[in-house]
Amino acid sequence: MINYLWLVPALPLAGAAINAIFSRKMPRWLVSVLGVGSVGLSFLVALAEFFTVLGAGAQGVFNVSIYSWIPVGNFKIDVAFLLDPLSALMLLGVTGVGFLIHVYSTGYMAEDESYGRFFTYLNLFVFSMLILVLGSNYLLMYVGWALVGLCSYLLISFWFTRPAAAAAGKKAFITTRIGDFGFGLGVILIFVTFGSLNFADVFARAPQMFQLGAPIITTITLLLFAGAVGKSAQLPLYVWLPDAMEGPTPVSALIHAATMVTAGVYMVARSHVLFSLAPFSSEVVAVIGAVTALFAATIALTQMDLKRVLAYSTISQLGYMFLGVGVAAYGAGIFHLMTHAFFKALLFLAAGSVMHAMNGVIDMRQLGGLRSKMRWTYITFFAAALAISGFPLFSGFFSKDEILAQAFESGHIILWAIGLLTAGLTAFYIFRAFFLTFHTQARWTEDEGRKTESRHSPSSVVGHPSFHPHESPASMTVPLAILAVLAVVAGFVGMPSVMGPNFLEGFFAPVFGEAAAAIPAGTEWMLIGASVAVGLIGIGVAYWFYIASPEIPVNLAAQFKGIYTLLWNKYYVDEFYSAVFVEPGRRLAMFLWQVIDVQVIDGFANGLGRAMASFSGALRGWQTGYARAYALLMLVGTVIVIGWLMLR
Amino acid sequence: MPILVPDINLRIIAPALIVTVTAIVVLLGELVTPAERKRWLGYLSIAGLVVAAFAAFSLWGANASGFSGMVVADNFGLFLTLTIALSAALSILLSIPFIHAHEIDQGEYYVLLLASVAGMIVMATATDLIVIFLGLELLSLPLYILAAFQREDTRSLEAGIKYFLLGAFSSAFFLYGIALVFGATGTTNLAKIAASLAQSAGSPMLSIGVGLLMVGFAFKVALVPFHWWTPDVYDGAPTTVTAFMSVAVKAAAFGAFFRTFQFALPALALDWRAVAAVLAVLTMTLGNVAALLQSNVKRMLAYSSIAHAGYILIALVAMSANGLSSALFYLLAYTVTNLGAFGAVIALSDGARERLEIKDFAGAAREHPLVALALTICLLSLAGFPPFAGFVGKFLIFGAAVETGWAWLAVIGVLNSLVSVYFYLRPVVQMYMSEPAEGWSGIRVAPLVALALLIAVISVIALGVFPAPAIALAAGGLIR
Repeated sequence: MINYLWLVPALPLAGAAINAIFSRKMPRWLVSVLGVGSVGLSFLVALAEFFTVLGAGAQGVFNVSIYSWIPVGNFKIDVAFLLDPLSALMLLGVTGVGFLIHVYSTGYMAEDESYGRFFTYLNLFVFSMLILVLGSNYLLMYVGWALVGLCSYLLISFWFTRPAAAAAGKKAFITTRIGDFGFGLGVILIFVTFGSLNFADVFARAPQMFQLGAPIITTITLLLFAGAVGKSAQLPLYVWLPDAMEGPTPVSALIHAATMVTAGVYMVARSHVLFSLAPFSSEVVAVIGAVTALFAATIALTQMDLKRVLAYSTISQLGYMFLGVGVAAYGAGIFHLMTHAFFKALLFLAAGSVMHAMNGVIDMRQLGGLRSKMRWTYITFFAAALAISGFPLFSGFFSKDEILAQAFESGHIILWAIGLLTAGLTAFYIFRAFFLTFHTQARWTEDEGRKTESRHSPSSVVGHPSFHPHESPASMTVPLAILAVLAVVAGFVGMPSVMGPNFLEGFFAPVFGEAAAAIPAGTEWMLIGASVAVGLIGIGVAYWFYIASPEIPVNLAAQFKGIYTLLWNKYYVDEFYSAVFVEPGRRLAMFLWQVIDVQVIDGFANGLGRAMASFSGALRGWQTGYARAYALLMLVGTVIVIGWLMLR
Repeated sequence: MPILVPDINLRIIAPALIVTVTAIVVLLGELVTPAERKRWLGYLSIAGLVVAAFAAFSLWGANASGFSGMVVADNFGLFLTLTIALSAALSILLSIPFIHAHEIDQGEYYVLLLASVAGMIVMATATDLIVIFLGLELLSLPLYILAAFQREDTRSLEAGIKYFLLGAFSSAFFLYGIALVFGATGTTNLAKIAASLAQSAGSPMLSIGVGLLMVGFAFKVALVPFHWWTPDVYDGAPTTVTAFMSVAVKAAAFGAFFRTFQFALPALALDWRAVAAVLAVLTMTLGNVAALLQSNVKRMLAYSSIAHAGYILIALVAMSANGLSSALFYLLAYTVTNLGAFGAVIALSDGARERLEIKDFAGAAREHPLVALALTICLLSLAGFPPFAGFVGKFLIFGAAVETGWAWLAVIGVLNSLVSVYFYLRPVVQMYMSEPAEGWSGIRVAPLVALALLIAVISVIALGVFPAPAIALAAGGLIR
């Protein structure tokens, strides 16, 4: 089966290529078949590959070279794929969740005029993400890394007619490129240090060449992590992700929740050999993860835009994953990545279903009471909310608990406490969103006369709007139901030792090595108890605030106006960045250009435009004026070059 | 009395010779070709270039030197010859409909272009400073005329005159440099200069000579601070001429630049490598920063071409076998990519009315999805975005720099290519993310332009995804 591994990325690429060129001339159903079918087939191949790895047990690491890509002298880089338990699980996630979201999109985007373009981008994204996951060297990983960024940009700006979408796309691209610069430098430094970019070479040489805590490894890992901070939206580069919600909701679900944003976590886990050698870097990863988790969760408390709540929630949950890989619980980090992919994709798709029904309205102040109107959406959102809150036996319960337990056990008591607090806030904000959307009184009026047309680009309806909300078509509800099942049961593959066998730990053994000694049963039960307690408290408080006594949050907001305003305005980080980086950067570029180009050159001749106008009268004047200026500058340059050569 | 038999070996200059003969045939053919058949002169020119390319192929690996060591047919020179022939052929494909639409379709256009190509090939294969100068002048003079070929357009005239004046200025520097180097070493032959310098120490006269040679090359490849002419000339010249100049001149001049400095002057490497490194930093940075602020595509591509000269200069600073092959690969990648970008710009023009402002590209993706896609691919490749030709080229050059201990230079290169993404994406944003501007309907892309664009884009993708054969060819190009 391993010989067919190339099909996994090749199928979505073929889908993207055909749709890119022919989608205008093809009927919609054919675009759908190609777009959805290619990812579906890719999923089936990935499933077969997964079982190949599973069957191989401890030998389940395969290096598949497709062809020699860049051979230079004795140094060569192949287009080669690494299939091991880590990448096999990621493949399943990307193609599986990707497939469901593609199916959902056929319903969600049904009335969009750029249907073919949407599926082209979406398939291209899946291909890029698969290259990122499968690449067996840092250069190929970088290729995937850059391409997913490009696809994300294209998809965020998909509804480019709205300036907010175009601006959001640009912001995402620029912010993540800052991180990519760090990642690129890290790759260069790896090449300088190890003379190779292949994972196998680098990871084999690193422990032989360097002691624990070697400065060069610390530098490399910090640079790589800078890339992860940008791509996975951590402090301080998280600002692009909330704005990315301007994209279509399936995109938010696939790229900005389930797959691309987790690439940073995957990269750290993939480079765990290096991070294990760099305790300082790992500590940085854990601290940034924990602080981001708390920071983003507090912002999510007050937001009124349902998708924005979910976006900050994603940032917060990614923080958990980094906390996990930062305390060397790589398996736990990836475990949470997987369960999060299910429940967060589900939350976004359910939110999309609400938008579908409510004519694009996503502001919770205009929702409410949708429980009886959209049965499937309601139930599935509820399941996902329980999962993310860490309700016992739901998937998030197991994965979050494992991260917190490992943080506690490795001696990071403060980080554990932050994580625990965040868990409580998470339960609160998600149930706040749940109650405000589906329970409480409807803040819209039933409009019997017309069936609401389905539109999704967020629209702001002023006042008390009237709708006729309806459940979404089966193409949307079936993926919701499948994801809901996964969000509920997926956790059982990684149970804590006091509750049962941990399948995932054994599965990951070929990658991350044998698991650490089990946590003492007493401690384990205590930690589980604490997690469950804060989760239940969070849910309870949300119920109390928004169902039982809805006047309390209003009073609280009034009483603590300062804090509320600070949170509502997201700590003013966007404003801060704009004032400190964006504006001065623009001015610097302008200044450089004006001084060097406009001042120096045009200063001599007052610009081409005016010279053109005075062409007839001053032919000689402007010609020699320009050329003389240039010649003078060249002469100065020549003197400097020669002077330098002579003085050395 | 012994009779001196000149060392004439026409076979090793066959490519230049074939191009020259083609130029003469086209010049004569011009007299008997009726106005409506002028395009046949273009096809004839392409045929000549194809034959010249075959001649270059047949010489592959010959490594023969001739004319008393003045010219050589080594793989380095032949690789450049092929690159130059490819760029000229693609440029002519773009030119045939372009000069017709602009009513400047005279046979002289092709004659001048071919003459310039002959000069480029001479320059790339010369192993004597005098012959390098000969090639330099032969490639430059026709270009001065071509830049001014749109006689009715004052901007074109201005470009030609400006290019000529400053070109003459830099040629004088270069020639004086040759004289001083000759004075210091007693020879103009590159191999003999290297041998002479291996034994004797440097002198102030030599330093000045080397500096002047560097200035001469720096002018031709447009390095900062010798780039001032570039934006004005590229902006004013006919778009097809700009496309041709921006790639082919770089290939020829960089070829001679590498040959002279890496092969003849390694003894002084300690000195000139530092200067070249500083020039590379200045060139990349200023090129990219200035390109950020352009609203005109031609000017943006002019500054972009300056920045690319900076990247290639890094390969010279590396001064290694891998540096040399990376430069060859980069020049080839840049040639197809930049011609693709210019080709797309030409394809989107409306007859004689060109769309050169970035805002004119609004909504192009809806009317011409394939041209928009092609332009997007080429611009991403210029930005060094994977998996296109430009990415592999940059990777090879930065890798060569890192290998030879110039990692900091590579870091500045990486930073620069990140900055460049923004301005390369601006036309893309306009094409895909804006409402269509008026006047798109009814524009047909000329078949020849479409063909050139197709060749360029396929090359850009192939050189990015399957670069191994081209890298192998470039790696065989060691200088004799």
